[in-house]
Amino acid sequence: MHEMRYEAPKTLAAAVSLLAGASGQARVLAGGTDLLIQMRGGRVDPELLVDIKGIPEMTSIVADNGVFRFGAAVPCMELVEHEAFAKAWPGVIDGANLIGSIQVRGRATAGGNLCNASPAADTVPALIAAGATVSVVGSNGRREVPVEDIATGPGKTSLVRGEIVASFLLPRRPPRSGDAYLRFIPRTEMDIAVVGAGINLTLDEAGVCSQARVCIGAVAERALLVREAAAALIGTKVDAEALQRMAAAVSAACRPIDDKRGTKEYRIKVAGVMARRAAQIALDRARRKN
Amino acid sequence: MASVIVHPEKELKVVGTSPVRPDGVPKVTGLAQYGADFSLPGMLWGKILRSPHAHARIRSIDTSKAQALPGVKAVMTSADLPEQKFEYVGPERVAVNFWHMTRNIMAREKVLYEGHAVAAVAATTPAIAEEALKLIEVDYEVLPHVIDVDEAMKPEAPLLFEDMITRGIDPPPKEPSNVSKRIEYKMGDIAAGFAAADEIVELSFKTKPVHQGYIEPHATLARTDADGQVELWVSSQGHFVVRTMVCRLLGIKTADLRVHAAEIGGAFGGKTVVYVEPVAVTLSRKSGHPVKIMMSREEVFRGTGPTSGASMTIKIGVMKDGDIVAADALMKYQAGAFPTSPVMNGLMCGFAPYDIPNVRTIGYDVVCNRPKTVAYRAPGSPISAYAVESTMDAAAKKIGMDPLQFRLKNIAKPGTQLVYGAKIAHEGFAETLQALQRHPGYTKPLGKNQGRGMAVGYWFNGGGESSATVHVNEDGSAVVATGSPDIGGSRASTAQMAAETLGIEYERVRPIIADTNSVGYTQATGGSRVTYATGRAVIGACNKVIAEMCARAAKIWKIDVEDVIWEDGFARPAGKRAGEFPPLSFKDIASKRTATGGPIVAASAINADGQGPGFAAQFCDVEVDPETGQVKILRYVAAQDAGRAVHPKYVEGQIQGGVVQGIGWALNEEYIYDRNGKLENPGFLDYRIPVASDLPMIETIVVEVPNPNHPYGVKGVAEANIVPPMAAIANAIENAIGRRLTELPMSPPKVLAALDAEQRG
Repeated sequence: MHEMRYEAPKTLAAAVSLLAGASGQARVLAGGTDLLIQMRGGRVDPELLVDIKGIPEMTSIVADNGVFRFGAAVPCMELVEHEAFAKAWPGVIDGANLIGSIQVRGRATAGGNLCNASPAADTVPALIAAGATVSVVGSNGRREVPVEDIATGPGKTSLVRGEIVASFLLPRRPPRSGDAYLRFIPRTEMDIAVVGAGINLTLDEAGVCSQARVCIGAVAERALLVREAAAALIGTKVDAEALQRMAAAVSAACRPIDDKRGTKEYRIKVAGVMARRAAQIALDRARRKN
Repeated sequence: MASVIVHPEKELKVVGTSPVRPDGVPKVTGLAQYGADFSLPGMLWGKILRSPHAHARIRSIDTSKAQALPGVKAVMTSADLPEQKFEYVGPERVAVNFWHMTRNIMAREKVLYEGHAVAAVAATTPAIAEEALKLIEVDYEVLPHVIDVDEAMKPEAPLLFEDMITRGIDPPPKEPSNVSKRIEYKMGDIAAGFAAADEIVELSFKTKPVHQGYIEPHATLARTDADGQVELWVSSQGHFVVRTMVCRLLGIKTADLRVHAAEIGGAFGGKTVVYVEPVAVTLSRKSGHPVKIMMSREEVFRGTGPTSGASMTIKIGVMKDGDIVAADALMKYQAGAFPTSPVMNGLMCGFAPYDIPNVRTIGYDVVCNRPKTVAYRAPGSPISAYAVESTMDAAAKKIGMDPLQFRLKNIAKPGTQLVYGAKIAHEGFAETLQALQRHPGYTKPLGKNQGRGMAVGYWFNGGGESSATVHVNEDGSAVVATGSPDIGGSRASTAQMAAETLGIEYERVRPIIADTNSVGYTQATGGSRVTYATGRAVIGACNKVIAEMCARAAKIWKIDVEDVIWEDGFARPAGKRAGEFPPLSFKDIASKRTATGGPIVAASAINADGQGPGFAAQFCDVEVDPETGQVKILRYVAAQDAGRAVHPKYVEGQIQGGVVQGIGWALNEEYIYDRNGKLENPGFLDYRIPVASDLPMIETIVVEVPNPNHPYGVKGVAEANIVPPMAAIANAIENAIGRRLTELPMSPPKVLAALDAEQRG
């Protein structure tokens, strides 16, 4: 048994300095939907908790001429209910709207989801597919990093001691763009992805796919951006044949493990299916935006 | 909810309506007192140390460091529990062996499953108790373990009990094994039956253990007086059962242990035994303080019973016209770490819905390194029904007959001889099947990747010992005290039957669950027995009250009691005195109690037999995702014979609840163990009971074929409904994809593998 310190700084600088100066294990507390469970389960036993929900940059959603910046501590339900954001990035919303229950989503954050570094994180594939970057603040200042470069393995990130993911930046979207995230779970909700697939694509005026990003979750040690899968879509009208080739590329990229949530074989097969179905939804959304 | 009343009776005023439940307001306002809600001054927090190994010999336990931690007031191990005699006591179907039970409460020579309790502490705070557990040093010699039932039966399997000789084999085997018992029932000549059959279908099946999944974890509070009297608050289906078990396990005089049944957050059979109660009492006796123990969800999964998993083979011989001429079953049920699975029930119930001349059922009760199984809703019957009803479906298909028509042709009727010796004594099976057959959905065309399946289910239902006391109050209200914890709406149903019998409004009856020192002995709430048996005790007590009311009226009128009758809640002069006095209401007489002889109280205590069996028939439509193997339940229709639905909405709720648990059992629920026999999914995230969005509205058909042995015709309704779903869904999947899944759960990877096999041909 030992004492645990709880701090709720008002600025990023104060948060960074607390984390950098901690003597023992320090944890950032956003929604707490992962951290509190880990603490109760005895898996982590932090000496310091830094609650970041009082820091303005981390709790706001800012729209600027089609570019969105949202704080890492913005709860998923705030994203879901932000009309302009939800209209611009329906695929990111697909992911944010799948975590836990409404009550859990009222606390859970995309920043926490990313930094908890579960390969099955539901908000991450769509954010990677979206080409989102994060603003990382630490003792040595601020750096902008693609979302796909944060998680390195289950529970592990590229952040160094004292660094915090402060906010997400989503670029301005070209016309005729659509995104989608789909996951497979054995139930219909309240579950963790067995596989997940986020797709973001843009069509040209002739309906040909000009840009695409494909990211799959829960099939490797972290979410995977699959360039070969995107390449299978680019230059096509995203017809059945292109979708099939994209699905095959997705399955080929999978390197899952057998665990309590699914077998390797099953995950590889279903990853392709989810990616194809998500691409179809993204395509329909892109076509509606011309 | 559709309703089918086969034999309409005289009109009743309260029975057959669905009033607000008497326990509803405290529950929805959060004020109801559940097991964990009781606290006392000076109370300590008890925590239990559990085995990290699936199977290990305990070389030693050193509790000295825990004992020395400031704030720790008591530490216990199995050494604090008296040794018990090795003997099976009670009726064979539910026999218990206290030698086993005390070892399940706290391991002695060996730990037999991961999560097996080995020691416990009581401390001034939960954190200190938690810390103290870490200071207990247990020296284990880890042994090989066995989880699966077929593996456990192999000669080379690690033995849980080195001296266990299988019972039920003559002469007894010379070598010990994990098979605790063999049971065989037979009638007719099965060899001749199969020889005469036009077609024979034989299939093998496996099921996994599933947990009852109650929302409220086990919790208890114990206090001890200086003179040895003990008081316990429990979350239990049977506080009298708790009393019997704790007294026996700890050597307490029965009258010295007073047990209070707390409000209960689900049980489904899982709270018919004791886990934390004897531990809390022991810690309380050692420390002199009240002790509270609350399990976590993880402890519930690791340390409390599921029902059995099983391995089964079913063989059925049929004639081309649909007659079943022979049936043979082999059923191996896991008992968990200690003997006695519900295999006997499986053997008895499997073929019970049918009139078959030649039947044999053989069962094995097998121990393995997982928690000791405990009752779960119709214990044993859903497991065997999954195998039998799947095979019935295959048999119907083989002769080209509609599966419902096939069952109707062979359905058991009053007088049908069953393999275990009993004869069917009640009507209702055929009526229930026919009601299902009439449902318009049964013949509705299906779409692509969709299938329809049906199955039936049998459950004995229970009678047994129940007590009730009715106290009449001066304002004309009445308190009905029973010894039956209310897990399914029995306070409402008993209040309704009391109101109906007494002729007063439902709202004037306050039903309560009295503690073990305040009402007569009453068996646990289980076996769908309470509305039947406790209901009869309540009606009996009410009839005594009426007799007393008539006597008081006779006294007031100064006439002979023979000249008073009770009608619709009023005493009236009758016979030669008819019309001489204005009638006296229940309230009129109650208010004059002091002048007419004092308190009006009546008790009734019975050992009820004559219960009607439970029978359910269900069909469902499913859609299978051909690319993921996910099964969606599109429609579920469940018919059940209620005898008489006292509270139709609760009957509907019972049916829906049983079906939903069956859907979880069919599709997703399973324990996942790692190589070392450690449970990997001890929580509701990965132990997947259904969520609301997984389910369609479960359509119910309440069939009412009254039980003549109950004044209002009641048959138990809580269990038969969980018997058919696994087979109904398996049959629907087979209908959709052309492949039969013979292993539960029929989770997406298994369904997808079956689809792939189908494509390969």
